[in-house]
Amino acid sequence: MWAFIKKEFFHIFRDYRSMVILFGMPIVQVLLFGFAITNEINDAQIAILDHSKDVVTRELTQKIVSSNYFLLVENLESNNQIEAEFKKGDIKQVVIFESGFARKLEKEGKASIQLLLDASEPNTANMLNAYTTGIINTYSMQKMINSNAVPLSIQVDSKMLFNPELKSVYMFVPGVITVLLMLVSAMMTSISITREKELGTMEALLVSPLKPIQIIIGKVTPYVLLSFINLVVILLLAKFVFLMPIRGSLVLLLAECLLFIVMALALGILISTISKTQQQAMMMSMFALMLPTILLSGFIFPIENMPLILQYISHLMPPKWFIIIIKNIMLKGVGISYFWKETLIIAFMTVFFIGMSVKKFKIRLE
Amino acid sequence: MNKNDHIIEVRDLVKRFGSFTANDHLNFTVSKGEIFGFLGANGAGKTTAIKILSGLSKPTSGVAIVAGFDVAKYPNKVKKNIGYMSQHFSLYDDMTVKENFRFYGGIFGLSRKSIREKTEYYLEKLKMQNFRNMLLKQIPLGWKQKLAFSVANIHEPAVVFLDEPTGGVDPITRRQFWELIYDSADKGTTVFVTTHYMDEAEYCERVSIMSEGRIEAIGSPGKLKEEFGVNTMDEVFVQIARTPLDPPIGGTDRGNSFKKQVN
Amino acid sequence: MSVNINIRNITKSFGEIQALNNVSLDIDQGELFGFIGPDGSGKTSLFRILTSLLLPDTGTVSVDGLDVVKDFKKIRNITGYMPGRFSLYADLSVEENLNFYASIFNTSVKENYDLIKDIYSHIEPFKKRKVHALSGGMKQKLALSCALVHKPSLLILDEPTTGVDAVSRMEFWELLKKMQKINITILVSTPYMDEASLCDRVALMQNGNLLAVNTPQQIIKQYKQQIFAVKTDNMHPLVADLERMNKEALVYRFGESIHVSSNAYDLELFESELKTNLSKLNHKDIRINKISPLIEDCFLALMDKNVVE
Repeated sequence: MWAFIKKEFFHIFRDYRSMVILFGMPIVQVLLFGFAITNEINDAQIAILDHSKDVVTRELTQKIVSSNYFLLVENLESNNQIEAEFKKGDIKQVVIFESGFARKLEKEGKASIQLLLDASEPNTANMLNAYTTGIINTYSMQKMINSNAVPLSIQVDSKMLFNPELKSVYMFVPGVITVLLMLVSAMMTSISITREKELGTMEALLVSPLKPIQIIIGKVTPYVLLSFINLVVILLLAKFVFLMPIRGSLVLLLAECLLFIVMALALGILISTISKTQQQAMMMSMFALMLPTILLSGFIFPIENMPLILQYISHLMPPKWFIIIIKNIMLKGVGISYFWKETLIIAFMTVFFIGMSVKKFKIRLE
Repeated sequence: MNKNDHIIEVRDLVKRFGSFTANDHLNFTVSKGEIFGFLGANGAGKTTAIKILSGLSKPTSGVAIVAGFDVAKYPNKVKKNIGYMSQHFSLYDDMTVKENFRFYGGIFGLSRKSIREKTEYYLEKLKMQNFRNMLLKQIPLGWKQKLAFSVANIHEPAVVFLDEPTGGVDPITRRQFWELIYDSADKGTTVFVTTHYMDEAEYCERVSIMSEGRIEAIGSPGKLKEEFGVNTMDEVFVQIARTPLDPPIGGTDRGNSFKKQVN
Repeated sequence: MSVNINIRNITKSFGEIQALNNVSLDIDQGELFGFIGPDGSGKTSLFRILTSLLLPDTGTVSVDGLDVVKDFKKIRNITGYMPGRFSLYADLSVEENLNFYASIFNTSVKENYDLIKDIYSHIEPFKKRKVHALSGGMKQKLALSCALVHKPSLLILDEPTTGVDAVSRMEFWELLKKMQKINITILVSTPYMDEASLCDRVALMQNGNLLAVNTPQQIIKQYKQQIFAVKTDNMHPLVADLERMNKEALVYRFGESIHVSSNAYDLELFESELKTNLSKLNHKDIRINKISPLIEDCFLALMDKNVVE
């Protein structure tokens, strides 16, 4: 058994290219996600079309521009100019105040602002929309508190989705952890097992007295360790580069991650039992694991906005539950009582996958 | 025998990988239409030499001229004038016989019409007309190798390189394969072939035997047997290749000389 | 220590392909038994059934009284198997491979060093070298050491000499002969006919059928026809010419000459006719010798018969 694990480590460490990918990838991904997202919201170029030009609109414009997120490049005069501005491509957002803005706000208690966003970059648009709306809401709240008067409402008219957490770096760290643990654990194990099939060494292992469970544990142990190291690296990066808080119990976080890693490894083994070549294993991990992890886990696209059928499917995705768990621990700092259900779901999935893969692991060739 | 045009000419060819010399001053010529057997133990440097001659790898020093072109300077012109097949790389398993012909014909820029004609010609010659629309993987190995040889000849190359074309092939098909080789040699194609079957060495007009990167013997099978005072090529080969009693030192198998090797 | 094997009516097919067709065979204790046949003749499938890696569709196999399906765990303990693709880890060194294979059989290299010494000593000087940097012959010897390291009583070698040069092949067979002396039953498959004569008994296989099972000497003895080795100054068209002249006979190229088999009543007449006919076709320097058949002649004849049927 120990000899098996040792051999597995030899494979991993001697293939230095995979090593680089294994350990370089998390770092690059975290940095990439982190900086790409934080850069997007700096100095986005916007234009303003103020039909009202009164005290309130000027004040609001001031708030928006001084937020550091936006760079006002044009003051437009008429609706006709908008399309041309967008076509130039630099302007990402146009803020339109309706005419008689301040008057309406005072008299009727409500006025509306229209946000036009360049949706060719949906993520940026989403973000800009969220930021602007946030600023406007803050402004109206302050106004209300200051005036102690009738409720004021500034209606923001935009069809963009609302992303309530302004700091998106907090959003993606749990996502990246999930994706990477899934990738390293499931893909790497499935590839390393199918490689033995391809090389023909599996034949020799099978004719030995080794039991399937011994082969599986021998193959998997090194990857548990590697995934764990990866996890720690991501957490350190998140904490020290992006200053992301870990509010809950670190021990609990690591324990939950370990559970998820074991789940992913079991999935990897399952994949390896049904694929014959490394290429198949890779494709299967990519399409069956990676894409759903990214698309259906709520990591990038909010689950609430999906069609109902996809929402149901997302319930079957282990990453969805895992993201809820780590968000709860890292951001909300709550304990297991808040997410024991999710933990139980993952634990159940783990047992299921392990059972399946031990059962499907063939003691013979096809 | 009017075979004075040298279609392959190799002078002082050297190929080094780091400190390891895979080809150590090779010198030989092959005439037009000749069947030349290129023998040697695993790891003697055959594959390296074939790679150089087919324009896939550059020599460290020395000159190799194939079909009139220097392989180091005009590898693409060389490639146009040669055909290549090996036991490992031949045809696409998931394509039909016809599709394979069409693909390889297309690579060498043959017109649709001539590809069609060639396909019919070879299928008839191999008596494989019924296999036309079969996937390659459904066809037995020996037949596949015969097809692969025909495909390697589709553009009427000046030289065909055959790297262990008959490994694992049954003895009857193996002999039919050699009849194909004779056939194309009689038409003027030069055949450059490696094999581990020593009876096949006898089928060649001339053979060279490599050991540890050097050509240790070259000549017609008859002459070599006389020179070494033995009755079979097997014995000639053993005398040359066995000199170092232990397995070849110096390293790698260098590529595909081993059929089912672990990579 | 060594085992006997009883194979009864084994059939195995993969989809439409019949890999083994009702194969029955007994192998005695301590035999060096060869399976000779080209790729796709069913050798590998049979070996995989013997090593319990494949289940037969029908039929039974017992190794030393153990059933390969029911008692597969016990069989795996006593079998040393060298698959067609040498099952070595290319990124591990010689020594690491050997140690690994010893440990998965719960033994150590030290314990059984005597057994593998003869073979391993050839490669021991390179024990720190990674397997991908070994020559074919050395890989083959290492793979054999790995298959032997747990002291099996049955050794199954699937095409150990395929693609290996003539010299390494010869050395390999010398090693097998030595192994046999320490009382191990050895099954070897090979596509090289000339290796048949090195086995105690051989089975000639084609398309999942056993064409013949016997000692090499007996197989040759059973070949009834006379073989003439023909040589002329113009060897290229000779096969075609001879075939045209002798519609009944088998004509095959064999190294430097061409073998023509004949069951003609008057062999002298046959020979002289051959000579005259060849001279008519402008062959010069005609030499015809009567020779005794090689194992390959027998195989070719058996194959030919099989095709006709």
